[in-house]
Amino acid sequence: MNVAITRLFVLFVVLFGLLVAFTSRWTVFEADSLRENTANRRQLLEDQQIPRGIITARDGKKLAVNDRIGRDESVRYVREYPDGPLFGHAVGYSFVTQDQAGLEKFYNDQLIGEQNEFASLIDAIVGADQEGENLRTTLDPAGQRSAFQALAGRKGAIVVMEPATGRVPVMASVPKYDPNRIPEDFAKLNRETDSPLLNRVTQAGYPPGSTMKVVTAVAAIDSGEFEKTSVLNGKSPQTFSGTPLNNFGNSQFGPIDLTEALTNSVNTVWGRVGERVGKETMYEYMDRFGFNADPPMDYPRSQMRPSGVYNPRTGNLLDEDDPIDVARVAIGQERLNVTPLQMAMVASAVANDGVLMEPRLVERITRPDGRLAERIKPTRDERVMKSSTSRDVTEMMTRVVDEGSGTAAALEGIKVAGKTGTAERGDSNQAWFIAFAPVAKPKYAIAVTIERTQGTGGEEAAPLAKQVLTTLLGRGGG
Amino acid sequence: MARKGDRWRELFGLIPVSLLVTAGFTAVLINRSANDAPTITYGVFFLGCCVLGSLVIRWRLPAADPWLFPLSALLAGFGLVTLYRLDEKFAAEQALYFLVGLGLMLATILWLRDIRALERYRYTIAAIGIGLLVLPRMPGIGAQVNGAFLAINLGFIQFQPAEFAKIAIVVFLASYLNDTRDVLVRGRIPQISLKHMGPLLVIWGASMLMLVFIRDLGSSLMFFGGFLAVLYVATSRISLVLVGLVMFFGGAAFFASNVGHVEDRVQTWLDPFSTERVLCPGTGTTEKYVDCQGFQIAQSLFAQADGGLFGQGFGNALIKVPGGGPLLPAAETDLIYAVITDELGLFGATGVILIYLMFAWRGFRAAIDATDGFSKLLAAGLTSVFCLQVFVIVGGVTRVIPLTGVTLPFISAGGSSILANFVLLALILIVSDRARRDRGDVQGGLV
Repeated sequence: MNVAITRLFVLFVVLFGLLVAFTSRWTVFEADSLRENTANRRQLLEDQQIPRGIITARDGKKLAVNDRIGRDESVRYVREYPDGPLFGHAVGYSFVTQDQAGLEKFYNDQLIGEQNEFASLIDAIVGADQEGENLRTTLDPAGQRSAFQALAGRKGAIVVMEPATGRVPVMASVPKYDPNRIPEDFAKLNRETDSPLLNRVTQAGYPPGSTMKVVTAVAAIDSGEFEKTSVLNGKSPQTFSGTPLNNFGNSQFGPIDLTEALTNSVNTVWGRVGERVGKETMYEYMDRFGFNADPPMDYPRSQMRPSGVYNPRTGNLLDEDDPIDVARVAIGQERLNVTPLQMAMVASAVANDGVLMEPRLVERITRPDGRLAERIKPTRDERVMKSSTSRDVTEMMTRVVDEGSGTAAALEGIKVAGKTGTAERGDSNQAWFIAFAPVAKPKYAIAVTIERTQGTGGEEAAPLAKQVLTTLLGRGGG
Repeated sequence: MARKGDRWRELFGLIPVSLLVTAGFTAVLINRSANDAPTITYGVFFLGCCVLGSLVIRWRLPAADPWLFPLSALLAGFGLVTLYRLDEKFAAEQALYFLVGLGLMLATILWLRDIRALERYRYTIAAIGIGLLVLPRMPGIGAQVNGAFLAINLGFIQFQPAEFAKIAIVVFLASYLNDTRDVLVRGRIPQISLKHMGPLLVIWGASMLMLVFIRDLGSSLMFFGGFLAVLYVATSRISLVLVGLVMFFGGAAFFASNVGHVEDRVQTWLDPFSTERVLCPGTGTTEKYVDCQGFQIAQSLFAQADGGLFGQGFGNALIKVPGGGPLLPAAETDLIYAVITDELGLFGATGVILIYLMFAWRGFRAAIDATDGFSKLLAAGLTSVFCLQVFVIVGGVTRVIPLTGVTLPFISAGGSSILANFVLLALILIVSDRARRDRGDVQGGLV
């Protein structure tokens, strides 16, 4: 019998070993996937018991605050957004029932004061309660308000970036939504056909139309293939990849230089330029501007999309080895899909002496007691083009606003450089305008786009840029 | 072996136990940031009770194993701390049950002078065991818990008779198989007469009945496993065990697909995270499977994932939805192991398993040391059901097997469980004392 008893003991050693093995499986080996399971609300529930940090605009105006509910052990905090829809897309939301979005999501660790294991151990010993850190964003309430006023309910987006620092003072997407209504209305908002939850600044892919010619001009001049004075024939139509291409309204131009061709947005010239520069160089410069990758912004990756040439059937990005009609990419057609943020980055890089800065929505993180936790310094993404190229392209873009298709954006006493775009989508247009001002020392770069409109970029989008730039530059000696 | 030192060893073994209880309460209180509760008093009082228990053991069972009692006290103390952390009410009740259990253990030791006296009453004991199992289905007093009939409601108290039934059935089996083992050992399986195969078939039938009537896979597995363990020790024949296993799982598979409750449990075990929308019987609404049927096991695993290697610390696991319902349903009973894993991590949980393993080691040691067949079978059988109970509930919580509601011995909240396990402990101690005395290990009595 003793042998049997010993064997029985061995059996239990094995069975208990199995228990330890499975405990290890859940606590260590599969812990991450369990934490990420959508049915797992533990983290959110715990976070809810921590007063989240306050999110403010650049001028200190409170954009996200807490409502305290319950007391003692059942105390919890619920977010409230005093301005409702005004900062909805940028700030996002954080509710236990509906997860998170926007800055609330990206900076969640800071907002709940998540620390390393050692620091929280000390806190646990001394009994300190976890408290979140505050965010000061780069958002400008006046600019934001003027952007929504300018859009006046038309579907589209306006985004402004400071070329020298990458700060984003304006991020407006229409239709907007009120983050305070997310707990009740999330499902409904999510179903609505005009997608109010979509941040059109970072998530919508639109054909860029002629605003793309700025990228083409940079590639052409910076690569040394062309100069701004290079002359090409602007007659219409001309054949590219076996298909004839027209100028807008089939306007005829003779031999004209590149400056003239940008001022009047001559498709056939820029198509030829693109063709000669070639797919490889075009892709090289697109990559430098940030195409084909998620923008380096402090915003959730799940709410951004890369700009580039997409296969419409698979939804995948195409690369330079795929068959692409580079002439039509050069004028913003083909299957090119870009975000307003990407086009603001294009204008910004030209404005900042050829250097692209990483876009930023937050500039300071402070502790609950007011001490500075982290200052988010402007970060250089990369030099896209030589200084000389940026000067040449700036000059060309200035002509667009002075006397070309973008005159509607001209400001009194302040030089503006810009480029219009009008992409045909079925029976309506995608109207675009990208710009920066003042030309001598650019303070703001802007991208404006309007969905499904009848007019052109110059008529529809340029006046909106003027309105927002006037507000932003109007204060404190722009 | 130093016989005289044993009782001192037992006493000294209790000191770390009391320290743990004191430290545990202190840790919980620090996390509550309350400083009005008398923490030291808890530890001292606990130590006092245990020393008293140890003295009685020393007087009546001077040769008994010196580890079993401190190990049990350690588990009980650990349970008290964990329950206190969950809700002071649980801890207050459990402390009372602990005292009653301790008293019951001592009463058993004092009253049962010769373990072999139990053999004489084996059929009475068997009848009581079966009766206890059937009680929960009796109209008027039976109570359904989570779809299983495990408890009886006596008005003032809920009582889980299965906890005591497991002891009664092991006592019966040990006695019965001790008499018939010769036949079972020698005979070829086809030739073993129905008479001798009788108990096997009866117990198999009882297990199947339990599945159908009590609707509880866990207890049924525990009982049948305990039976197979005793059968194996009695006969040393793996073939009999295999026949039993095949019969059990054959029957279980049949009922799993025919008894709704068992089928649901298995389904929940296989795919708790399903997001399929189903009708939730609890609320009558349509919910995701993982938020309804799969909720308990899914939350158990989520809680363990938060524990990691070292855990979040005593008092830091999230048990309730703030301002809402439970996040870990039955945290004080079924899911207490998940709470331990969350707060003490893989290391703490492994520590608890190791304590159970040491209990198993001492229990089987007593069986090996025992000089008569009945004592051997009894100690081995009781240790086996004890270990099986640990395996069934911890295995359920960690998704090794389907989750069913049995208690974690000495730790889970529950009077029946604590009381029954103290009786179980008393019986093993009696066997152990007798065994080591027979081997001439001990001369003197108390001092």
